[in-house]
Amino acid sequence: MLGRGIIRGLIETGRNFCGSYHDPARLTTVQYPEEKLPPQENARTIPFLVYDGADPLAGLRCTACTICEQECPAHCILIVKDTVKKPDYLGKMQFHPKVFDIDIAVCMGCGICAEVCPFDSIKMDRVFELARDRRAMVFHKTDLAKSNEYFREIHPGEAAAVDVARAEEQRKAQAKKAAIPAPAPAAP
Amino acid sequence: MIAAPEFQAPSRGGFADHDLMEVAMGPHHPSTHGVFRMNVVLDGETVVKLTPVFGYLHRNHEKIAEKNSYLASIPYTDRLDYICSMTNNWAYVLSVEKLVGLGVPERAEYIRVLVGELTRLFNHACLAGFLLQDMGALGTPLMYAFREREKILDLFEALSGSRMMCNYMRFGGCRCDLPDGWLEEAGKVVAGFDSFLDEFEALLSENEILRARSQGVGVLPRELAVNAGVTGPGLRASGVNYDIRKVDQYGIYNRFKFRVPLGARGDVFDRYMVRILEMRESLAILRQAVRDIPAGAILDPKAKLRNLRPKPGEAYGRIEAPKGELGFYLISDGGPAPWRYRIRPPSFVNLTVLEDMCLGHTIADVVIILGSVDIVLGEVDR
Repeated sequence: MLGRGIIRGLIETGRNFCGSYHDPARLTTVQYPEEKLPPQENARTIPFLVYDGADPLAGLRCTACTICEQECPAHCILIVKDTVKKPDYLGKMQFHPKVFDIDIAVCMGCGICAEVCPFDSIKMDRVFELARDRRAMVFHKTDLAKSNEYFREIHPGEAAAVDVARAEEQRKAQAKKAAIPAPAPAAP
Repeated sequence: MIAAPEFQAPSRGGFADHDLMEVAMGPHHPSTHGVFRMNVVLDGETVVKLTPVFGYLHRNHEKIAEKNSYLASIPYTDRLDYICSMTNNWAYVLSVEKLVGLGVPERAEYIRVLVGELTRLFNHACLAGFLLQDMGALGTPLMYAFREREKILDLFEALSGSRMMCNYMRFGGCRCDLPDGWLEEAGKVVAGFDSFLDEFEALLSENEILRARSQGVGVLPRELAVNAGVTGPGLRASGVNYDIRKVDQYGIYNRFKFRVPLGARGDVFDRYMVRILEMRESLAILRQAVRDIPAGAILDPKAKLRNLRPKPGEAYGRIEAPKGELGFYLISDGGPAPWRYRIRPPSFVNLTVLEDMCLGHTIADVVIILGSVDIVLGEVDR
């Protein structure tokens, strides 16, 4: 019968229309600015820098090794090394970044910087709604620094693994230090 | 009484004895699936000549990849065919693995098949939705397709961190393991997709208007399809049994049981139907993969991501992407970046037969013929 296919299709549309009143599987729309979906744990948008302790700039884990700068596919990271070294969490003397800028207008959020960072310093954030003036889109290290507590909050699994690994390294470094005998007092 | 003089149209270069009109369709046209322009010469409503014009979305992908390291090209491949980032990753890492001579752990191979077939599912679902929108079924089928696609994109976000720009695969494996409960979720989506397909077919496959619009329109003859290098569902709709999953059996596709649906006439309706049937076969593959996936490592321990300097040589890796044969041709001179990096994009090659399919049809048919070719301009222009 001509028109049978059309009628079958319309029955399907009607089922979806009526279903949208009581079946959540048929009405999946989220009214965005008022309602927001809970973020996924793996979600990534732009990078941020992790710091330990209270002072964002003094506690930065970054050692300005520039691996992320070299590996960034979009070349949106700019790092300038400081001239003085400071001890890191293992007591090793390391450089720190004098300038650490990320142009978030260029950044494509691929997460390669976080993947290659050997110091667990640069991680992926999950903030969005970042529209602003073009000049303000270059994030300096003051904008990028976020505490380890924040990292634990947004990526609990990954942050816990990083914390365990760092504590282990610290323990080993201290054991090594203790194993080296203190220099004998000079003979009188 | 004086008879009115008979109207005489000025002659134009021998095409016909009346006016032809040249219309620039696009680049900003809602039915061109992106920034794509067709210069159509019309005789009334009938197409007598069609010239595709592209390049509006050219982003210099190949040259950028020749400057960046091998690793840094993976996120750029996401942006080729921005609907199917997972299969783009796969084709690229496959060719680098061939260049370096890397193996892939079992579990990673299964994950690749899983995400690859999920990609095929939502690509075909979206294509069907867009095609029906082009035919005038405004919104409804497209939104039903997008509802299903969203579930798969949620899976991708849980897995890789991003819905569309996944950047997930790595040379010698994958970036991270499946999160807890991911497989169960994937199983649920796969189970639900069957009923979606039934619903979608009840909605439209028997619709008389759809059949009248699409049957016998835009026929691509078998010989022309083969000679022009058309691949993917467009080629199979013309009745050529050529699926790289069967021909090359890359990865672990020889372990899965699935059929290759073929069309008979090669018209728009066949291309639509072949995709619907292919989704059913993808679901069969997915069910087998979810059942059989083993535990184990996801990255080959020999894999080197940073400072990769393959020995001088060349490699061509190709996969059956949802749109056709997607291949990456790499030449290494031993440096940290490929000396030559060339993509064989399925959308671009399939587009070359557009004029042959459109000649003699009306301008309204051009829209659905273009829709049935399934192009993404990110891949056409690169």
